[in-house]
Amino acid sequence: MTTLTVEANNLTRIYGGREAVSDVSFTLSKGEVLGFLGPNGAGKSTTMKMLTGNLAPSKGSVKICDVDMIENPKEAKALIGYLPETPPLYREFTVDEFLAIAARLHGVSAKHIKIAVQRAKERCGLTEMSKRLIENLSKGYQQRVGIAQAIIHNPMVVILDEPTVGLDPIQIRDIRALIKELGGEHSVILSTHILPEVEMVCDHVQIIDKGKLVFNGSIDILKQQRHGNKLVIGLNNAPSHDELLKVAGVESVEPLSNGLLRVRYVAGQAPAEALVKAAVSKGWGLHQINPDQTSLEDVFVQLTYQDAAA
Amino acid sequence: MILKVARKELKSVFASPMGWVILALLQFGFGTYFLNGVNEYFEVMSGAIRPAERTGVTMFIGQSVFGLASFVMLFSVPLLSMRLISEERRSNTLTFLFSAPLSLTEIVLGKFIGLVSFLSILVLMIGVMLCTLNAWADVDFGYLFANVLGLWLLVASFSAMGLYFSSLTAQPVVAAIITFIALFGLLIVDRFLTGDETSVVNYLSLMHHFQPFARGLIDTADITYFLLFIITFLTLTVRRLDADRLRG
Repeated sequence: MTTLTVEANNLTRIYGGREAVSDVSFTLSKGEVLGFLGPNGAGKSTTMKMLTGNLAPSKGSVKICDVDMIENPKEAKALIGYLPETPPLYREFTVDEFLAIAARLHGVSAKHIKIAVQRAKERCGLTEMSKRLIENLSKGYQQRVGIAQAIIHNPMVVILDEPTVGLDPIQIRDIRALIKELGGEHSVILSTHILPEVEMVCDHVQIIDKGKLVFNGSIDILKQQRHGNKLVIGLNNAPSHDELLKVAGVESVEPLSNGLLRVRYVAGQAPAEALVKAAVSKGWGLHQINPDQTSLEDVFVQLTYQDAAA
Repeated sequence: MILKVARKELKSVFASPMGWVILALLQFGFGTYFLNGVNEYFEVMSGAIRPAERTGVTMFIGQSVFGLASFVMLFSVPLLSMRLISEERRSNTLTFLFSAPLSLTEIVLGKFIGLVSFLSILVLMIGVMLCTLNAWADVDFGYLFANVLGLWLLVASFSAMGLYFSSLTAQPVVAAIITFIALFGLLIVDRFLTGDETSVVNYLSLMHHFQPFARGLIDTADITYFLLFIITFLTLTVRRLDADRLRG
């Protein structure tokens, strides 16, 4: 039995001659959380619409658990829970009514609707809002109702388009925990602008820019790129760069604008200890030493910028 | 699945006071006409008219009530049908239906059946109201049945057309106006060509096909016309929604 839950092959979508998404291919296995990153208008939402059958791809195919989205849309859609950018809510209903409708339309059998609604509410922290009209809920709660309707039928694949928009920090933490929990039994695809979020909840990351995949890999690769082999040191009586280069493992030194020095070292040879010893014995006046982390933002900008330059 | 969508539509009509208000107001109007009809019947038929020219009470009152009903529906159906799809398009809930395991045909049929079942309540209430005459007179049930069936088919055709125009736009009001103009045009188109009974334009008129029912005549040709009318517009709606998916 295959564990592939999502298979996208050469997805392309053309809007009036312009390729909004071109040649995007990826697979997702059961239990994985995939983060979808990209600047505005990069084609994240378009890709998600194609994955959920809301938009027909101009080229390529989507398979959900081996069911083709174009040939058997009903079977494929039954396996997906989707939260679009704007949560699709019928404002005239109460939370309970709306979730019951969502469950019914997603083919939950009549006997199980009550349990499904109850479970979805518990998971999204909506139990106290049961009888409230969706219209009167705050944006954060509406967002939660949106997530609840996406997971109500216990789908194999949950697709969330910017799920944490408009939530307060505590809610965001809850939702992240929920996404992690979902990742255990389902596959989750989420798109977001918030980069730390990707690091926290995702196993896999895809960066999409101008409709093209510019990065596709496990989160560890991105983390490695982020940490690099660099140290930032602060010295009161900085010696010449040649002096620093003599320390074992140090490859290059460059001064930073704020008076600190960035030291690159050979991979695998952390010279931190040697640097500290040298600093003490030679009286450089060491006041700071840190591993230099390129922020995820920088990696992101690098990746998307590279593509623009190419 | 179709019925699940229909159920959702019905629920949404009754979720706000609008559904109840429309039912109450229209029923009030029909009731008033009905009462007036009964009063007038006694005045008109009390002796001034020769016995041979007298009509039955069912026909006398039925004519005025069903005449009013078909006219009122011309205004109320566009108001009810306008939000079916355009409102969902505007508040982005169409995605919800598209992502659910439903075919487009099921969505469209569900919405259509939802609206028609709401309107059926009105049509049935008129029928029941006229049946109450049976307590004092002999109601012509055949005539009544033909009228109820005719009104029902007319209302269903209105709904199908309203549904289609609602799928064209994201503005409910625009949908209502277009639907109203189109329906009005189709209703009165035969007025312009009264001379030529066999004209094609004449044949397209909704009124032209409703009239036999109003006279108590059930003609399969007319039933077929209404069914074709409904199927045409429902198919067009499905195609319109499919274009959404294809063109984005």
